Amino acid sequence: MEKFEPVIVAFCCHYCAYTAADMAGSQRLPYPANVKIIRVPCSGKVDALHLVRAFEKGADGVYVAGCLEGDCHFKNGNLRAARRIEYVKNYLEEIGIEGERLQMVHVSAGMGQRFAEVASEITEKIRELGPSPIKTAAGASGAAVC
Amino acid sequence: MITAERKPLEELIEYVKPYKRILLLGCNECVTVCAAGGRKEVGLLASGLHMAMLKAGSSIEIREHTLERQCDPEYVEELVPMIDQAEAVMSMACGCGVQQLAMRFKDKPVFPAVNTKFMGASERQGVWAERCQGCGNCMLGETGGICPIARCAKQLMNGPCGGSANGRCEIGEDVDCAWQLIWDRLKALGREESFVEITPAKDWRAGGGSGPRKIIREDLAE
Repeated sequence: MEKFEPVIVAFCCHYCAYTAADMAGSQRLPYPANVKIIRVPCSGKVDALHLVRAFEKGADGVYVAGCLEGDCHFKNGNLRAARRIEYVKNYLEEIGIEGERLQMVHVSAGMGQRFAEVASEITEKIRELGPSPIKTAAGASGAAVC
Repeated sequence: MITAERKPLEELIEYVKPYKRILLLGCNECVTVCAAGGRKEVGLLASGLHMAMLKAGSSIEIREHTLERQCDPEYVEELVPMIDQAEAVMSMACGCGVQQLAMRFKDKPVFPAVNTKFMGASERQGVWAERCQGCGNCMLGETGGICPIARCAKQLMNGPCGGSANGRCEIGEDVDCAWQLIWDRLKALGREESFVEITPAKDWRAGGGSGPRKIIREDLAE
């Protein structure tokens, strides 16, 4: 059977995780190409709708990468994001998607190595979980995901 | 504002299961402010329903739309060009909006997506608390601006009762005793005499006790 390659969307804060991703690149640290990065001005900017739509459009896993606790450029956007993610996890469960497909992670701008590790860990985890149940069901019925 | 909460997805799926094309309607007023049924919540629910139906091996086409106000016929009229394309309507407005739609579009099944809760105010971001029960005869002027109808579990006219302890109500530690609040406020205002005055039993007819209520302004009504 063909190896499952998950589609993972990472919403990365401009002030930390996005810079960390950049640093991982400049340090030539490899991380899985499965991770598609979307730069956001703050992790707190990521709305529940962005997260849910990502799954609706075919993501197998989504994570939001914000600043370390106490380091948010906008004071508490990262904490708000974390609370929002808990809310969306519950909603995903209600829909029938495992909540663990969505995660919040914290990295600083200097943690290029950590960024690459997180990307690999999450990719592995989603690979173990398998394709999103929405994609599987849509594939079986021949319906379009979105 | 009128507050509401989304119904469980499972219940909503049962409503829409027989249909292939639905119109999901939000309202830009109270339910937007209490984050239950505005444009954003319409998007979230549409996405959720779409995915849940796919997972169940079915599919559904959902058109999203949000009206300025669902409780006014002028705004509901906006739906005329799109209503025929939908087999059913799901409304994220309060019960008033749902009924306005059902009245206007008599041949369309209309389902509520939220449970309408109470008339409340925002205590802080994300927290709403009941403040008014529409009793029809406001007594806030005598009670220091704190409503014993909405905030006292027993709706006492002359409180507090024996269940008040350390400023809390016996029904729960997180519930303030309304009559303690009233006393504190009247005292701070130097109006203690209002507190000792006995308030007679309330006439509940003004509060819906004599059937559905209606306001008719002769100068405005057509």
